Amino acid sequence: MIEIRGVHKSFGSLEVLRDVSLSVPAGSVTVILGPSGSGKSTLLRCVNHLEKVDRGTVRVDGELIGYRQDGDKLHELPERLVLKQRANIGFVFQTFNLFPHMTALENVSEARRNPGRALELLDRVGLADKAKAYPRQLSGGQQQRVAIARALALDPKLVLFDEPTSALDPELVGEVLDVMRDLARAGTTMVVVTHEIGFAREVADTIVFLDGGRIVEQGPPVEVLDNPQHERTRAFLSKVLI
Amino acid sequence: MSLLSSARAAVRRTSADPPPTPAAPPAHDELTIVPARHPWRWVAAAAVLVLVAQFLHGLATNPGWDWSTFFGYFFEESVMQALLITLELTFAGAVLGFAGGIILAPMRLSKNPVLKSVSWTFIWVFRSVPLIVQLLFWANLGYLYDRLQLGIPFGPGFVDFETSSLVSAFGAALLGLALHEAAYAAEIVRAGILSVDQRQMEAAAALGIPRLRQFRRIVLPQAMRAILPNAANELVNLLKSTSVVYVLAIGELFYQVQVIYGRNGRVVPLLLVATVWYVILTAVLSVLQHYTERHFGKGYRR
Repeated sequence: MIEIRGVHKSFGSLEVLRDVSLSVPAGSVTVILGPSGSGKSTLLRCVNHLEKVDRGTVRVDGELIGYRQDGDKLHELPERLVLKQRANIGFVFQTFNLFPHMTALENVSEARRNPGRALELLDRVGLADKAKAYPRQLSGGQQQRVAIARALALDPKLVLFDEPTSALDPELVGEVLDVMRDLARAGTTMVVVTHEIGFAREVADTIVFLDGGRIVEQGPPVEVLDNPQHERTRAFLSKVLI
Repeated sequence: MSLLSSARAAVRRTSADPPPTPAAPPAHDELTIVPARHPWRWVAAAAVLVLVAQFLHGLATNPGWDWSTFFGYFFEESVMQALLITLELTFAGAVLGFAGGIILAPMRLSKNPVLKSVSWTFIWVFRSVPLIVQLLFWANLGYLYDRLQLGIPFGPGFVDFETSSLVSAFGAALLGLALHEAAYAAEIVRAGILSVDQRQMEAAAALGIPRLRQFRRIVLPQAMRAILPNAANELVNLLKSTSVVYVLAIGELFYQVQVIYGRNGRVVPLLLVATVWYVILTAVLSVLQHYTERHFGKGYRR
């Protein structure tokens, strides 16, 4: 589903991603772990071209993202086409980013592909009764669930989650993870940047550990979490797992 | 510490007569709260009321106000016509000005250096030139270009107009007000756009919403919250600025009362006629502002 090949990305003189390659099969759940500043979010944002890669390629379902290949040249796509590509990829932000002037229902229908299905999607995240509520009237957990419904309204090939529970009060994390767990069970292709190790262990097919802009280690949870091969993975996990 | 003090109390008690048994303190639910008194509020209010009374008394008794003349002209036909012209100038100036502002603001925020600098220059020039100077300039456009032509730039022309026939006094007034207004409106709209959280654009981009729709559906409605109070301010300003076009001998409210008091010499009551109308119109605008703000504030009230 996703093929990332040799991706580099710098912000000024700061190299955030160095030669990252990663395959995500359709229907799988990939969790990206790593210390802050390791490039997790940037990698995720490169997948739907919210960040432009400096070198390397990102393909989703075989389609080159953000560029058109012509011989040995990659031509940047006009924004119109990039927007079209993004409309196949759901993205869930750490800070929800719901449109505050629209109700939950309007937020979900704004993603346009299925305006008629908006209520059904809200029902799927357990918020059909909040359809008329504005984001400000919802708790953080409810807002994030609406944001997930909005991402699903695209009928996306895959959904990217950028630390979806990091801005939530601890008691609200569970309801969002429950929704994500259901999505995973339904066979949605998901890439999740998170610090929820428990969720990663339970739901992930593959765990990718990123440090200093490189993939240090990847594999199924039992390998990466319980028997990490790399010193830096062990150091990170020892701080996160108590 | 508490042990020590209770010990001391015990000592004192044994050394003196048995203490008088105090009346049982009232239970916590029997306590009444007495609000703090604010005597100076009363003093200040009284002082201000005296001043207001004095002013009202003056309004009623000073013959200089000449209320009969005021009421005689308040709804007088020429004043009504002048009021209509003031409203037309305000309305047209606001519509054209804000239309210009909605184009100029995104231009100034765009990444295209040409659009950006053209917008910047426009705003710079039309904010710098005093409105009255600009109005006189447009009215005298005929001296600069006696004929205006519509055609291919630097190429042949198709239609040809005499400038003075195309740009009437009213046209010059409208042009001046609209351009002046556009420069200010552009900055008001730009401030509004800048006030929208960058993450909103990112969320819209992540959903693949087309650019124009992003602006119309996501950015502008949120920007309106910041735009409206300033826009209303600007509209009130424009309403009053229409009085400046009296220099072009256009019969708007201020010009008309001048004409009348030039004839009958009753300066104060006629200025008051104009003043009260401006105040009433501003009040109407304020009411409109309240409801528009409420409309765009949806989602922000709990």
